[in-house]
Amino acid sequence: MQFGIFSVGDVTPDPTTGRAPSEAERIAAMVAIALRTEAVGLDVFATGEHHNPPFVPSSPTTMLGYIAARTERLILSTATTLITTNDPVKIAEDYAMLQHLAGGRVDLMLGRGNMGPVYPWFGQDIRNGIPLAYENYALLHRLWREDVVDWEGKFRTPLVGFTSTPRPLDGVPPFVWQGSIRSPEIAEQAAFYGDGFFHNNIFWPAEHVRQIVALYRRRFEHYGHGPADQAIVGLGGQTFMRRNSQDAVREFRPYFDHAPVYGGGPSLEEYMEQTPLTVGSPQQVIDRTLAFREIVGDYQRQLFLVDHAGLPIDTVLEQLDMLGQLVVPVLRREFAVNRPPNVPEAPVHPRVLAAQAALAAEAAQAPQSAPTAETAPAAAELDA
Amino acid sequence: MSTAAAPSLVVVSAGLSQPSSTRLLADRLSAAVDRHLREAGIEPRIEVIELRDQAKDLVNNLLAGFPSPGLQAALDAVLGADGLIAVTPIFSASYSGLFKLFFDLVERDGFAGKPVLIAATGGTARHSLALEHAMRPLFAYLNAAVVATAVYAATEDWGGGGVAADGGLVGRIDRAALELSAAMAVRGPAAPKDPFADPVPFDQLLRS
Repeated sequence: MQFGIFSVGDVTPDPTTGRAPSEAERIAAMVAIALRTEAVGLDVFATGEHHNPPFVPSSPTTMLGYIAARTERLILSTATTLITTNDPVKIAEDYAMLQHLAGGRVDLMLGRGNMGPVYPWFGQDIRNGIPLAYENYALLHRLWREDVVDWEGKFRTPLVGFTSTPRPLDGVPPFVWQGSIRSPEIAEQAAFYGDGFFHNNIFWPAEHVRQIVALYRRRFEHYGHGPADQAIVGLGGQTFMRRNSQDAVREFRPYFDHAPVYGGGPSLEEYMEQTPLTVGSPQQVIDRTLAFREIVGDYQRQLFLVDHAGLPIDTVLEQLDMLGQLVVPVLRREFAVNRPPNVPEAPVHPRVLAAQAALAAEAAQAPQSAPTAETAPAAAELDA
Repeated sequence: MSTAAAPSLVVVSAGLSQPSSTRLLADRLSAAVDRHLREAGIEPRIEVIELRDQAKDLVNNLLAGFPSPGLQAALDAVLGADGLIAVTPIFSASYSGLFKLFFDLVERDGFAGKPVLIAATGGTARHSLALEHAMRPLFAYLNAAVVATAVYAATEDWGGGGVAADGGLVGRIDRAALELSAAMAVRGPAAPKDPFADPVPFDQLLRS
């Protein structure tokens, strides 16, 4: 099972100081978060894509390419790549290039985007959201699988004799997760192609998550990609931790109360009860996350949102340290318990698989304590 | 008729005070619809939703983007109703903000053809046409089947004469209730579509 971090990339003032980071600071912070994600032993970093303030990540492959050069194992992903307003030809080219530069450590999550004006800014119409997602993805899918493409559709200029370069690394297209919160049409699309399905899982009711993932699993089997319990499912979730849950609540409450995404509506307590937001001790985060399996079945990828609500970067990095030391090792162990052997891992590029196997073999030969001491800060630093 | 098969009549009241004249009107309407249905051999299940109880959750939903379990249950009840009575006080020439907050969240697809009786209360009869220029278009947008008679109760109507006369409040309540019960009897049970249980196949989605 993969564990990782996803970042929206918003510039949000710290409500306790009123100070907003500059764009430069926020971009540097996102890079620092990605590097720490690898250092603490997590598997995936995914960046959002936005084309309006207060968000900085308009150019995901530029950022991910830089992170690729500074990491060894980390899988680079998106949350989400806008399949509606990006030219699918450019997505095919950009992510294939990133795949080569990152040695195959790339997948991407596709979404439609819900900011109305972004569509006309890119020459599209939000009312065509689903048809755009279908047509653009159908083209993207072919561009990565056919060397020469003749194509004509409704939303972009036709292609005759077009070859998207570079070709996918080793002829293996990047794995695609289709992301959707409440659109059965997208679950159906993911099932049709045998892609992964990611639910951001930030807003419940949990019943909605259960319904749409169940639909995806059932239709994945219907389209002949394998049994429903072998479909590839990812979930999000958001957390804030301190060793004592009261400390976590006390520290996070002003952020919750005043952040644009949270404040003014339900109380922190109501929000925690009605959504997966967990503010508390590492054990509470572990318990909450393990319970996701009861909603969607055994799944493949868990991403956490930790840089929310204007939290300062030092605090976010502490959160990552706690995830890496206190939470994810337990989750890996516990999720493995009673996991049926036929439940697959999320597909990663063969080259990544081979490299990981080599690393694991190396680690098995090396003294036990060495890798953690080098890559993660000492436990004592967590209390700072 | 068994309880399981009993058609549901849902009453949404946006009255604010306790007791409110809006709830009073809502109760008179639901009692009259109940009576007409029973005369036709139908025993409805009646559920009353006081929007005052949902007020905070409605604002929370607006800001947080998801409904509380209680609000979700109210929305599900309205969506699954075989007949709906919607009653609001008239504020500033239209339905109240609270009433609109709730119906902003109703899924339009599940509303098509649903028999609806609209009613309102106000201080004077001068606002009665708000039913026709504000309330009826709202439900027309939702593709509901709004019955012809809308019921407006001004303060004076509660003490006015004409109890037996056709033009009085009691007569209008009875006429509107008869229309709603007839519409419910003709239409039969609402069968809300579940897009998660019955997905549209992908090749069909591609062609649409």
